[in-house]
Amino acid sequence: MEKSLHLEIVTPDRLVLSEKVDYVGAPGYEGEFGILPNHIPFLSALNIGSLYYKAGGKTHWIFVSGGFAEVSDNKVTVLAESAERAEDIDLERARKAKERAEQRLAQAKEKLDGARAQAALQRAMARMRVRGAA
Amino acid sequence: MPSLKDVKVKIAGVKKTKQITKAMNMVASAKLRGAQQRIERFRPYAAKFYDMLGDLASKADSTAHPLLEVREEIKTCGIVLATSDRGLCGSFNSNLISTALKLAVQKAAEGKKVKFYCVGKKGRDAARKTDHEVAMALADQMGSFDFQLANRIGLDVINAYLTRELDEVIMVYGEFVSMAKQVPVALPILPIAPKLEEATPVAATNKEYIYEPAVEGLLAELLPRFIKVQLYRGLLDTSASEHAARMAAMDNATRSCDDMIGSLTLLYNKTRQASITRDLMDIVGGAEALKG
Repeated sequence: MEKSLHLEIVTPDRLVLSEKVDYVGAPGYEGEFGILPNHIPFLSALNIGSLYYKAGGKTHWIFVSGGFAEVSDNKVTVLAESAERAEDIDLERARKAKERAEQRLAQAKEKLDGARAQAALQRAMARMRVRGAA
Repeated sequence: MPSLKDVKVKIAGVKKTKQITKAMNMVASAKLRGAQQRIERFRPYAAKFYDMLGDLASKADSTAHPLLEVREEIKTCGIVLATSDRGLCGSFNSNLISTALKLAVQKAAEGKKVKFYCVGKKGRDAARKTDHEVAMALADQMGSFDFQLANRIGLDVINAYLTRELDEVIMVYGEFVSMAKQVPVALPILPIAPKLEEATPVAATNKEYIYEPAVEGLLAELLPRFIKVQLYRGLLDTSASEHAARMAAMDNATRSCDDMIGSLTLLYNKTRQASITRDLMDIVGGAEALKG
């Protein structure tokens, strides 16, 4: 029996992470889910939020802005539009983005603008949470 | 015969031009390397994405999503035109623009309305000169862009499509075939239907997956992203093509400068020789006259 998972996180701009890990927790579309070795094949859409993995007794946090996760043969592949390790997150930038999004949300007239601002707000808040957790 | 000084000034001028074209060639080659690296880095994402989509598409009913549906009556056609922001890259932009305009004329002849979505100054300027509507114009983005740019265009196009402002969308971009060859391509983006078959993978379909949400729900998440992935790929290709085209153009220009310097130097030497001969003739003539 295989005892570890291979986690790979890819964004359009780069390969964020490719590592052997023991456990992966991800923000699934229908709630958070956890993956242990020898999981059955699984494909899920992801929400904006924090993904974490455990390797060598340590927990690492990563921000993902939605996307997909595929599990098969002890390989977890995450496709995200953007993903950042907790230690790479610029807290100041996230805070500013949050303020901007809140302002825009307050002024938004059209439904579409509101939805965009809402998404931006979610992203900013998730970034800050991930940074705080690490 | 031009004067010696004129020729000298001209040679100096051409030499300056040569310096500039040579520098531009080197800058373009550095940027091309960057653009190629980005294509490389995008490849794993795209490959994985096509895998997933193909896997899902084989399981889902392809009429399940509005983005897959082919409309019977097509009233408005959106053309996404990707060009560069700057010139001096040979016929790269004019090729792209003429492809797009031909397409627009053809669509207009079929009685369809045409809307332009332009990335890059050159395409925008050309589109504005036509009678068609320019629904979106993004200038000064090609220098440094990321997935967000594709995201922005994608959102706009998809929303317009879903609200029936657009009934089909075609992207015109410069495909990067090789250093020496860049081809303008018109790629249908929406509706998605015919493209899906190409994405179907050969193997790995025998595994039983758990899907969350169910296949249709996942497809609804994947398809809009698929459009953005295609747009992004088009933009990346256009950017690489632009730099390759500029490199070739600047290489040609540098070589022409060399030729010109060569022929000007020849002219300079000839002129100088002619004036020496003339002076000598004068002296000899004067000496003869004195002898009397």
